Amino acid sequence: MALVDRSGSGWNSNPPKAEKIRWGELDEDDGEDLDFLLPPRQVIGPEENGIKKVIEYKFNEDGNKVKITTTTRVRKLAKARLSKRAVERRSWAKFGDAVHEDVGSRLTMVSTEEILLERPRAPGTKAEETKIAGDSLAQLGKGGAVLMVCRTCGKKGDHWTSRCPYKDLAAQTDAFVDKPPAAETTVATTGTGKAAYVPPGMRPGAERVGSDMRRRNEENSVRVTNLSEDTREPDLHELFRTFGPVSRVYVAIDQKTGMSRGFGFVNFVNKEDAERAINKLNGYGYDNLILRVEWATPRTN
Amino acid sequence: MRPILMKGHERPLTFLKYNRDGDLLFSCAKDHTPTVWFADNGERLGTYRGHNGAVWTCDVSRDSMRLITGSADQTVKLWNVETGAQLFTFNFDSPARSVDFSVGDKLAVITTDPFMELTSAIHVKRIARDPSQQTAESALVIKGPQGRINRAIWGPLNRTIISAGEDAIVRIWDSETGKLLKESDKETGHKKTVTSLSKAVDGSHFVTGSLDKSAKLWDSRTLTLIKTYLTERPVNAVTMSPLLDHVVLGGGQDASHVTTTDHRAGKFEAKFYDKILQEEIGGVKGHFGPINALAFNPDGKSFSSGGEDGYVRLHHFDPDYFNVKI
Repeated sequence: MALVDRSGSGWNSNPPKAEKIRWGELDEDDGEDLDFLLPPRQVIGPEENGIKKVIEYKFNEDGNKVKITTTTRVRKLAKARLSKRAVERRSWAKFGDAVHEDVGSRLTMVSTEEILLERPRAPGTKAEETKIAGDSLAQLGKGGAVLMVCRTCGKKGDHWTSRCPYKDLAAQTDAFVDKPPAAETTVATTGTGKAAYVPPGMRPGAERVGSDMRRRNEENSVRVTNLSEDTREPDLHELFRTFGPVSRVYVAIDQKTGMSRGFGFVNFVNKEDAERAINKLNGYGYDNLILRVEWATPRTN
Repeated sequence: MRPILMKGHERPLTFLKYNRDGDLLFSCAKDHTPTVWFADNGERLGTYRGHNGAVWTCDVSRDSMRLITGSADQTVKLWNVETGAQLFTFNFDSPARSVDFSVGDKLAVITTDPFMELTSAIHVKRIARDPSQQTAESALVIKGPQGRINRAIWGPLNRTIISAGEDAIVRIWDSETGKLLKESDKETGHKKTVTSLSKAVDGSHFVTGSLDKSAKLWDSRTLTLIKTYLTERPVNAVTMSPLLDHVVLGGGQDASHVTTTDHRAGKFEAKFYDKILQEEIGGVKGHFGPINALAFNPDGKSFSSGGEDGYVRLHHFDPDYFNVKI
């Protein structure tokens, strides 16, 4: 068995290991893939002085096992270009309290938490859009907070919005009642113009029901996290109804275990109510846990 | 990003300053010992021992050899940055609030608080190249504004001094004669104490932060109000990115209310605003007390914040920060 040392700096203290494999087939099957017989690849280091060793085994042309030790020095390259003075300052002696600093004092630590630049709202959405939609819905939800409120006909506890039998009728009036003038003009421009394909949702007259409804849904949606496992939708509804009419309550349930996954969503009819709920209930202790209540960020797709 | 937490101070942070090369970060706190850190990895280089009171501000000379600190122990001290040795002490009769080296480091402007019967004042001192020839005489003393003068900095070409403080008015003074040149308008200006003031890299404009929950951008020569950034918390610290058109505001509820509420309610994030559109870009969370100090690295690739919680948090931006869009 041969041992090849390709070590860059020339030092290799590992003595050659004479490993013998007395398998009868070994010679006959020469040339076939026998890599599974080789010891696994080993990586040592990088050590303090930056030296890293990689030990690999492979068969050479003659069918002999070869140990390859690759020694490399790992150096960290500072990305920033430092001025000469700054490099000099790097080697300044410590002074003041820093001289007697214990190794264990750990004054400087890298945060374990990943901190992101949190966007106030998803890119591409406008801040003011929601207000008008919220107002028109306020009248519908005035009768008090019921879990199941149809937003098209205003009926409570009968059917969900998407199942509303009066959907087609309501959509027309809806469009006249609460469509802001600005929206009307934009619709007109998208509707007319070239004879290009206009998706059904963008066509004049039809635009209110589908996408816009969903948008509303998301705009006043509040995400509640750190719920206890016992919390069910009625509990959540009980908790949030005090702030105003609630159009939807949802608690995520794990499909396999049937247990609550510890978070849920509450949709308010009014944005103001949702805001108040966030301000009030974020950090509120509920079932031994501190609730985290925030805006549910609208999905970008 | 994973910020680096630096815990050297035992009391709330008051001020942060990078040197010109951006490799050193100076931090001041109420615990009497300003500290210098390596700005890349947050390692502590040294502390400047000698003050006997809270240190409110500091400034470092262009060549990173001299540090000047203003303290509540009624002194302003000059230090050797490398060794931490005290070079000179200016004694005042009232606490020193703000210090700033002029362009060229030959002058320093120092503000002192109203104390006992004394009113607040702005002092201009000559800084000798050789510390053994340093004298304590003031080249100029300006009096007039009511209440504390929280910040005084040099205007373009050292011709003016820009000051702001408790009376919420931003003023521009002639740095030779001490004459009042311009005053911000009461209507458009700040309504409450101006807590911080920070110059753009080229000195053409500056931004002020105030307890009236806003920050304002001003022209350094004409003192015209350019932009206003509205937020929902009192602003304790402001800074501007030297690289992008971003303004960062730090603040939070009053320190005395911090313990009474959940930390998430306190709004202790550093808020990024677009300088031109005045719109919020995002927030960086982490402190569990109000932010008292903010500083941007001169290369614009990292910034640090110091809080009432005694921590300095050093943030190196992720690559995606540099192309965020509103």
